[in-house]
Amino acid sequence: MLKFIKHHVDTISGIGIYPLLSFVVFFLFFLAVLWWVFTVRRSHIEHMAALPITPDRTTPDNHPLR
Amino acid sequence: MTERFQYDNRIVKNFLFVTILWGVVGMLVGLTVALQMVIPGFNVAEYFTFGRLRPLHTNAVIFAFVGNGIFAGVYYSLQRLLKTRMFSDVLGRIHFWGWQSIIVLAAITLPLGMSTGKEYAELEWPIDILIALIWVVFGINMIGTILKRRERHLYVAIWFYIATWVTVAMLHIVNSIELPISLTKSYSWYAGVQDALVQWWYGHNAVAFFLTTPYLGLMYYFLPKAANRPVYSYKLSIIHFWALIFIYIWAGPHHLLYTALPDWAQSLGTVFSIMLIAPSWGGMLNGLLTLRGAWDRVREDPVLKFFVVAVTCYGMATLEGPLLSLKSLNAIAHFTDWIIAHVHIGGLGWNGFMTFGMVYWLVPRLFGTKLYSVKLANAHFWLGTLGIIFYAIPLYFAGFFQSLMWKQFTPDGYLVYKNFLDTVLEIKYAYWLRALGGAIYIIGVFIMVYNVVKTVKSGKLIANEDAEAPALEKVAVVNEGGHWHRWIERRPIQMLVLSLVLVGIGGILEIIPTFLVKSNIPTIAQVHPYTPLELQGRDIYIREGCYTCHSQMIRPFRSETVRYGEYAKAGEFVYDHPFQWGSKRTGPDLLREGGKNPDSWHYYHMFEPSGPSPGSLMPPYPHLYENVLDTSTTRAKINAMITLGVPYDKEPYGPDYASRANADLVAQQERIVKSLKNDKIDAVADREIIALIAYLQRIGTDIKAKPAEAKPTAQR
Repeated sequence: MLKFIKHHVDTISGIGIYPLLSFVVFFLFFLAVLWWVFTVRRSHIEHMAALPITPDRTTPDNHPLR
Repeated sequence: MTERFQYDNRIVKNFLFVTILWGVVGMLVGLTVALQMVIPGFNVAEYFTFGRLRPLHTNAVIFAFVGNGIFAGVYYSLQRLLKTRMFSDVLGRIHFWGWQSIIVLAAITLPLGMSTGKEYAELEWPIDILIALIWVVFGINMIGTILKRRERHLYVAIWFYIATWVTVAMLHIVNSIELPISLTKSYSWYAGVQDALVQWWYGHNAVAFFLTTPYLGLMYYFLPKAANRPVYSYKLSIIHFWALIFIYIWAGPHHLLYTALPDWAQSLGTVFSIMLIAPSWGGMLNGLLTLRGAWDRVREDPVLKFFVVAVTCYGMATLEGPLLSLKSLNAIAHFTDWIIAHVHIGGLGWNGFMTFGMVYWLVPRLFGTKLYSVKLANAHFWLGTLGIIFYAIPLYFAGFFQSLMWKQFTPDGYLVYKNFLDTVLEIKYAYWLRALGGAIYIIGVFIMVYNVVKTVKSGKLIANEDAEAPALEKVAVVNEGGHWHRWIERRPIQMLVLSLVLVGIGGILEIIPTFLVKSNIPTIAQVHPYTPLELQGRDIYIREGCYTCHSQMIRPFRSETVRYGEYAKAGEFVYDHPFQWGSKRTGPDLLREGGKNPDSWHYYHMFEPSGPSPGSLMPPYPHLYENVLDTSTTRAKINAMITLGVPYDKEPYGPDYASRANADLVAQQERIVKSLKNDKIDAVADREIIALIAYLQRIGTDIKAKPAEAKPTAQR
């Protein structure tokens, strides 16, 4: 099975461009993430950061740790 | 509209308890192998030799201890972060029992010697398939939970979980492609350099995506939870996530520096490893700074103590790792105990302490009670910390100094330590201290077990915890400032696919070159397939886990070529399914072992290594002298090799060589018996030791022969 994959991969002309393209795709995505992170509204970030420690309304009334 | 529902705590409790159970087992096996390295007498019976127990130790602590720890933490935090019960209780139970049966199968098959011979992926193919199936069950349960969530936004911890799931699935499947010849034996589909590259792409990312990313997710949940304050910088955590998962996947080749792997691939591994410092330290600082203004609580709360040391160890290990991937430092550290120390800073410190912190935090909450004894938890913390120090520091010394001993020359240009064993005996003290450190660490764990048992007894499991949260309402599409993330936030599935694609990119980037690597390997005319007997002997070598102590990879250093012989060439390994380069030299490299010593030396040495090599730490292998070689598999093995591209179907073998292979095998057995006879040894031809000697005498001999002398192996 792998032999066939190998063979076909070997014979794709200019396959070297694929790694380069995928790197560029990631890099652009990463820049977009950075841009998003620096421009996102503060209230949103605060909401997200508070998610794990939001007072657990979910803790049952009879829970000893409440 | 507020909905009432219940969190499933039983599944969390189950995973948490087996985490502790397998942790104890895995660490005790670890202590056993540590003692075997100072007292060879601890190698009792063929099933419990170092070479078979070491894979059991690594598999147990990675996949059983840390694995169950991941599941416990994920099942607890996912429900609460998404304000919903897990997608399916049944899938949860299948996941739980499936994973435990995999562990039990591993604990049975590894001591029996059923091993693929690839580190951290030793389990044979039926278990590999089971792992894939259970992993899919876990994935369905996790993604199903995300889909039925009541919280619109996915907290960063969940991203780490998703990346873990996607990437581990990819790594496991790609690295485990193997050709079965029976229920308990298979050959890696890849050979030599390709196998090495795929294996270390897997091996490195097993560290990255099994031991690191899921635990970072747990850190981002449990650390703020325990400190009762939000993470220092949520923005940083997002950058941490994306940078880490993308860069990590490239760094695998740093395990293969100075090997026969093409240079460009080695450099790629180094560059990305250095880049890893940034996101890793970003994450570490994010964890530690979460405690800003709360450090006084660290003094009182054992949970926070464990977390602080865990995150600090993460920081140390992730600075050390990139530094070790610099070629100059790697030349010293690779193959030595330095690496063992490095991984145990991660294993004992990061994974161990994160898990313990989580246990102390979760158990009282799951059982609606208070921790039985904070004092005992503190005692555990200090014993654990002391254990890590006693474990790691001696091994850092040992690794550094042994490496220098390997490389030391006299002014006349001779090796100072000609005999490899002399360098081992010089560092034996460190092996004792390491065992002591491990023992101290385990005593701490036993204290935790006692503390947990007492805590559990004082409470009652809250199997279904009542909760309520508003239902997730559909949001009307409103253009609020035009941020593209608004689009993506409403579409988590698209986000999942995107993350999968991004995680895949690094993989593709390493996988495509592995397919192309063929053009990077100059073929060597003298390299021929193994004889049937050598092939059988090689499988014994794999079964006994010889690769756990012996490398087959001579790096192009003067100190190595003088000691071992000609450095390794990529073309030498084209018939090696799987490759056996090894990653640690507790014993000498064996790549040029063929022809170095007479057959009789091997015959005596394998029976009692300390005979020919006084002071040797190697276990004896008397069972090889009793076990009859199973030649019924020869035919299947040759046929499998033909399928994998080994030219047993070409000249000089002729058609249907598989059916005639055993005749060649017997002939070679008789030649070895005759050579032993010349040295006054009466050996029995059909025993496994004869096959092993055949293999050992073959390793690395091909390129010693001049092209004109090289004979096709079938006629040897």
